Amino acid sequence: MATLTYRDALNQALREEMQRDPNVFLMGEEVGVYQGAYKVSRGLLEEFGPQRIVDTPIAELGFAGIGVGAAMGGLRPVIEFMTWNFAVLALDQIVNSAAKMLYMSGGQINMPIVFRGPNGAALQLSSQHSQAWESWLAHIPGLKVVAPATPADAKGLLKSAIRDNNPVIVLEGEMLYNLKGDVPDGEHIVPIGRADLKREGTDVTLVCHSKTLAVALKAAEQLAEQNVSAEVLDLRSLRPLDEAAILESVKKTNRAVVVEEGWPHAGIGAQIVDLIQRDAFDDLDAPVQRITQADVPMPYNKLLERAAKASPEKAVAAARRVLYLD
Amino acid sequence: MTATARTPRQSAPSPQLTELHLKMLRQMLLIRHFEEKAAEAYALGKIGGFCHLYIGQEAVAVGALAALRDDDYVICSYREHGQALIKGISANAVMAELFGKATGCSKGKGGSMHLFDAKRGFMGGHGIVGGHIPLGAGLAFASKYKGTEQVTVCFFGEAAVNIGAFHETLNMASVWKLPVIFLCENNRYGMGTAFERVAAVTDIVEHACSYDMAAELVDGMNVLTVYDATRRAVERARKQSHPTLLEVRTYRYMGHSMSDPLHGVYRTKDEVEEQKARDPISHLAGKLKEDGVIDQAALDALDAEIHAEVEAAVKFADDSPDPEPGELFTDVLVD
Ligand SMILES: Cc1ncc(C[n+]2csc(CCOP(=O)(O)OP(=O)(O)O)c2C)c(N)n1
Ligand SMILES: [Mg+2]
Repeated sequence: MATLTYRDALNQALREEMQRDPNVFLMGEEVGVYQGAYKVSRGLLEEFGPQRIVDTPIAELGFAGIGVGAAMGGLRPVIEFMTWNFAVLALDQIVNSAAKMLYMSGGQINMPIVFRGPNGAALQLSSQHSQAWESWLAHIPGLKVVAPATPADAKGLLKSAIRDNNPVIVLEGEMLYNLKGDVPDGEHIVPIGRADLKREGTDVTLVCHSKTLAVALKAAEQLAEQNVSAEVLDLRSLRPLDEAAILESVKKTNRAVVVEEGWPHAGIGAQIVDLIQRDAFDDLDAPVQRITQADVPMPYNKLLERAAKASPEKAVAAARRVLYLD
Repeated sequence: MTATARTPRQSAPSPQLTELHLKMLRQMLLIRHFEEKAAEAYALGKIGGFCHLYIGQEAVAVGALAALRDDDYVICSYREHGQALIKGISANAVMAELFGKATGCSKGKGGSMHLFDAKRGFMGGHGIVGGHIPLGAGLAFASKYKGTEQVTVCFFGEAAVNIGAFHETLNMASVWKLPVIFLCENNRYGMGTAFERVAAVTDIVEHACSYDMAAELVDGMNVLTVYDATRRAVERARKQSHPTLLEVRTYRYMGHSMSDPLHGVYRTKDEVEEQKARDPISHLAGKLKEDGVIDQAALDALDAEIHAEVEAAVKFADDSPDPEPGELFTDVLVD
């Protein structure tokens, strides 16, 4: 076991997969000479050269599409977006080309491509730079979507994403890159589509992913002090969703709170609530609660931003509501 | 297409011109000192998020805006503190916005990248590279539609030229003859990427040929050249409703944003120092001294006055309240 940052875990995954398969290449803004806007690709240009670590102009729509074309031509592109706020410029290629290619070609052309980069809010970056896109992306049939919360999951899921023969969206987090954690030595793969129980409990299930894992774990600690045993289920994959794991946990605790970074309307939590009410209705002791970002664009002011974001305090309050403690 | 404009040699400038030059000097100094204070405040944690400074590029905003009418529109990228100040937003309101305060020009909700003052025709601060270029043309579309003879100046960096929206917009602006000036501030780098590494055509003015548009290459370290070129473009827009592409060559002294290095793998310290020798403020101050318009004592007094104005803006921002908590939920939609 080595202790790595989330950033270095991603870096290892990229390096190992590029060593393993010469058709894997990385393309994006500042990935080469500048060593990555967030230094995820540090050292890769030196090791693999400019043919495989490709610096692009600021042209998200264009280079995402070039990635799709390269995948059609037999390569395995990893397309880095400096952040997912800029990837919306490329949504046409992700949604209309990558996600549809296999289906509309009647199964002839598959898409072994990865689109990755930081998603969601960091600190005080204001409205256009603080957006969590997972519910948009998970909406699309033909895509897989993962959102690792720990260094080990980041490495294992990125490796799976690169080896997958379908388009995979990897949602990272600017606020996660410095996070340290244990990463198993040697070949470490995390299969796409499996949730992970990050803390066991008996009274309530906190369903989370990506940055909200930290929120849920903190909430669980605070709840423990109030004699409430919270289980923390990290989804890791948003599409496919590990429905069995969610149902199993809810059947055990009979109560659930979904904590996510995105907005409430048509969010990931809405999908999970739909699953739970349909397939675990008889096991539920309370309506499922959701904690999301406030239903507004992200404000710049620090206090307003804090009030807008999901927080452990909000998750604790929601857990107490489903337990009818207040 | 006109070749590089040169500063015309002026013999005994008229009093009006002298007054304009002094105003420009004052404005450039205001931006410079404002940005220096912003850097200090950022280091103290009073400003958060991304903060992109304009130091080195002052002549561009000042020269271009001097050619505008008060009711003309200006729209910018996230590197827009300078343009906001010169378009008439007070240093207090800009600094307060950087501090995220209720008294800021966007009520503390926008921050450094999203300064707005619609009443003054300052249509923002936009954070997605190239995203506001069509908006600039749209403002011009509205002015032409309404027959107001307003001109729009749309400022953007050279890296935005690689975004599709730039090309789509220039084409439409030319086809529809919109009264807009596309003012590209070519400071040679987009973050850590030198333009020539990612652009097939490095003389941005040449793109105008593809869209049958008037264009000029302008020395952005000389405020007077920027002023003259913009005046010609404004005239073209106002009188004939024709768009212009201006490529203004400039240089940023600071890192891309407050969280980025000043130099490093993408440019050398020597290069930065070399560019500083062409400083637009020293250039104009030197000229005015040479012309006998101003002496060192007057220059020092001006400097001190502006320092005081900027200090006052910091104090104003410090003393201002945060937005009310309820502000989180306002301004999502109008009633
Ligand atoms: C579409 C998009 N992609 C990437 C970014 C991240 N980014 C912000 S500024 C910038 C560089 C822009 O350089 P330039 O247009 O030359 O303007 P300058 O910063 O030099 O003023 C990049 C890549 C962004 N904001 N928007
Ligand atoms: Mg630039």
